[in-house]
Amino acid sequence: MRIFLNDDMHEVSPGTLAAALETLGFGGRKIATAVNGRFVAAAARPRTDLADGDRIEVVAPMQGG
Amino acid sequence: MSSFYGVELKSRLLLGTSRYPSPAVLERAVKASGAEVVTVSLRRESGAGKAGQAFWSLIQSMGVRVLPNTAGCHSVKEAVTTAHMARELFETPWIKLEVIGEADTLQPDVFGLVEAARILSEDGFEVFPYTTEDLVVAERLVEAGCRVLMPWGAPIGSARGLNNVYGLRSMRAHFPDIPLVVDAGLGVPSHAAAAMELGYDAVLLNTAVAEAGDPVEMARAFALGVEAGRAAYLAQPMEPRDMAVPSTPVIGKAALGD
Repeated sequence: MRIFLNDDMHEVSPGTLAAALETLGFGGRKIATAVNGRFVAAAARPRTDLADGDRIEVVAPMQGG
Repeated sequence: MSSFYGVELKSRLLLGTSRYPSPAVLERAVKASGAEVVTVSLRRESGAGKAGQAFWSLIQSMGVRVLPNTAGCHSVKEAVTTAHMARELFETPWIKLEVIGEADTLQPDVFGLVEAARILSEDGFEVFPYTTEDLVVAERLVEAGCRVLMPWGAPIGSARGLNNVYGLRSMRAHFPDIPLVVDAGLGVPSHAAAAMELGYDAVLLNTAVAEAGDPVEMARAFALGVEAGRAAYLAQPMEPRDMAVPSTPVIGKAALGD
């Protein structure tokens, strides 16, 4: 199925947010996530099923003022 | 010493971490400033990207407390979602809440700010709202659960200093027991000193240090400005007056005229 991660389209197998993040190279990384504009806590990623067309945001710590 | 949600800080300078020439300069500037709190943010990162992880390792090595922001958010929903992401990522209930309402001045959308502050406060966040010096908005923020207020000095990154000294003074008088931080718009240490002389509890700045020719030396200069302003406030400055008053006694002056 197709998902959009930070606006980039990816083809992934149907599954959970945790599985998709692992596939796309985010395993073990310090990140925070949202799906379709809603925050998804790290603990909830393994039980959050993705659907075709879902929009995922992945953010990491960054400099800020 | 002021308390920010129960946390006592020795330094009254909160420093941003953005726009420095290099991570090494950032690290030295933070040290020179004496800041115990630095602001941080969140941005998208790809699976191959490592910048975020490297930045986080650097911040952790400094031993400072972080105040994550919701910079760039233009809606309540965006700001609230970003705050949740920040709380998990940085493991702190503190959030510098920004809801931007106007692109040219980065003026806060105070209506969205109050709404987001209420939602987040009810959810256990400790909100540091980036606001204006408007007293009614400030009252609403306190009612929403904010125990710190952060009025702007001037638009973010403008280096204009304190645009509305009267408004900031009124705010200090109106909220004697709420920690107040001038956030944004400071350009030189005298601006920070002026804020502290008004009785503000702290200042928060970023660009004035990061974009100085020598950020490390400017960080030190701001620390001195903050310290001087605070000491002056505690020393109770005299009131300005319109007419001159001779500082040298007139009595006993030699009579040398015609």
